[in-house]
Amino acid sequence: MTAHGRALGGASTAAITADRVVKVFRNQVVLQDLDLAVQPSEIVSLIGPSGCGKSTLLRLISGLDRDHGGRLGVAGRDVTGPRREVGLLFQEPRLLPWLDVRDNVALGLPPAKRRNGGELVQRLLAQVHLEGVGGSLPRQLSGGMAQRVALARALAAEPEVLLLDEPFSAVDALTRMSLQDLLLRIWQRTKITMLLVTHDLDEALYLSGRVMVMSGRPATRADAIAVDLPRPRDRRDPALARLRVELLDALHIAGVDRATQGGDT
Amino acid sequence: MACAASLPASPPVARPRARRRGAAPWLAVIAPLALVGAWLATTSIARVFQPHQLPSPWQVAAAAAELVRSGELWRHVAASAARVAAGFSVGATAALVTGTLVGLSRTVETLIDPTLQVVRNVPSLAWVPFLLLWMGIDEAPKIALIAIGGFFPVYLNLVTGIRNVDRKLLEVGAVFGLTPIEQVRRIVWPSALPYLLAGMRIGIGQSWLFLVAAELIASTRGLGYLLIDGQATARPDLMLVGILALAGLGKLSDAGLRRIERRALGWSDAFEGR
Repeated sequence: MTAHGRALGGASTAAITADRVVKVFRNQVVLQDLDLAVQPSEIVSLIGPSGCGKSTLLRLISGLDRDHGGRLGVAGRDVTGPRREVGLLFQEPRLLPWLDVRDNVALGLPPAKRRNGGELVQRLLAQVHLEGVGGSLPRQLSGGMAQRVALARALAAEPEVLLLDEPFSAVDALTRMSLQDLLLRIWQRTKITMLLVTHDLDEALYLSGRVMVMSGRPATRADAIAVDLPRPRDRRDPALARLRVELLDALHIAGVDRATQGGDT
Repeated sequence: MACAASLPASPPVARPRARRRGAAPWLAVIAPLALVGAWLATTSIARVFQPHQLPSPWQVAAAAAELVRSGELWRHVAASAARVAAGFSVGATAALVTGTLVGLSRTVETLIDPTLQVVRNVPSLAWVPFLLLWMGIDEAPKIALIAIGGFFPVYLNLVTGIRNVDRKLLEVGAVFGLTPIEQVRRIVWPSALPYLLAGMRIGIGQSWLFLVAAELIASTRGLGYLLIDGQATARPDLMLVGILALAGLGKLSDAGLRRIERRALGWSDAFEGR
């Protein structure tokens, strides 16, 4: 590696890089020298025992939490704070309750496109199959619909990288599967890099190219399991079942059954 | 599980806003009718009170009619309403700016909030001589006094409202790269709006209170002046006209704010009472 500039030097081809990241939370080391690299257009899932720091890592990458050691880079730049190029889909929809669906989606648009963004918003709503509800208020939506609006809003910002923090954990199983399919279709069209934190092994295996298993607290390493199957996948595929066993073994080694204390961070 | 479930068709959820449920509206007139009835009974019928203590409703109505005919009532009402409008606008605007800064920043809060809390505890009448000395007996001291009265409820409620803004929504703003000013305009103020409007309703009431304090002491027109004039000329009927006009105007301004409140907070999913 010759050119080793500020812009992350040799790692600059990766969409997300974590280089010996350390996070201390109330005197507890949550992440210890953690390394991670996600290539452009990859979908990578992060799983691990509750409280192992998955969501913490996601917040660090998003720039919402800037208090860490080591280096983090996203979309070719060091993380110094939240950026429009880095989208984040939260566990809850977090729609603004006083704005209707259309205005909530428009909130995500880049400033230059906010004027006359109506058609763009309509297209985004169509992408998440919500053409008819533009004028509705968030309180009138079901959980799944609200999360689709949140997804449309995240896509409105045209992110290069989309971080997803257990985005479908609050909806029922059927809705979750349809949301996963929707996400996959959007990925196939846009090839946005995605980093997904999830508790759901099937979700991780169904969506991602690699599944990373984080060890218990403090998380020092993330072992990757590659899922070399074309997408969209068949949820009944025996190959997925075999990988599931492999994942369970990895989680076992990571200490998931050594009872985890405290909530997820 | 078989293959992927398809997305549920999106129903058009723009359902009509449910009729506001509540008690029958005519319940509201029981109390005023009972009051007027008691007033009639104790003045016109049983004569418990003499006319120089409490004139009958008929006498008060006659006095009001007289004031309307001469144009005097309108002159007083207009003077008082204009003062409240000007004073409350000044006070509420100052409260919006100060409350926002204090609500957003612990540093600004420490710098000015303790002082404001001390100032808040000065009784309204205590300001009057001082304001007269400073600003003369013109409109300025009255408007200043009304502004002080309107300021504090708006300020206090807005600060509380801002401190109750959902941190998670501010994170959404940060993720989408809103500037600090956009954060305030698009997330902080709308979130705090229920508190702000509640503060404005209390504030406008306080403004009317402070108006009377100002007009009782130095004025040549306005409803407070009408009260003082009634006292000086031993005309309790005039005083009652002034009191009723103040009650009506206060109620009117509150009703206006409630209307705004209902429109602006239509998105709210909060409990509305049974």
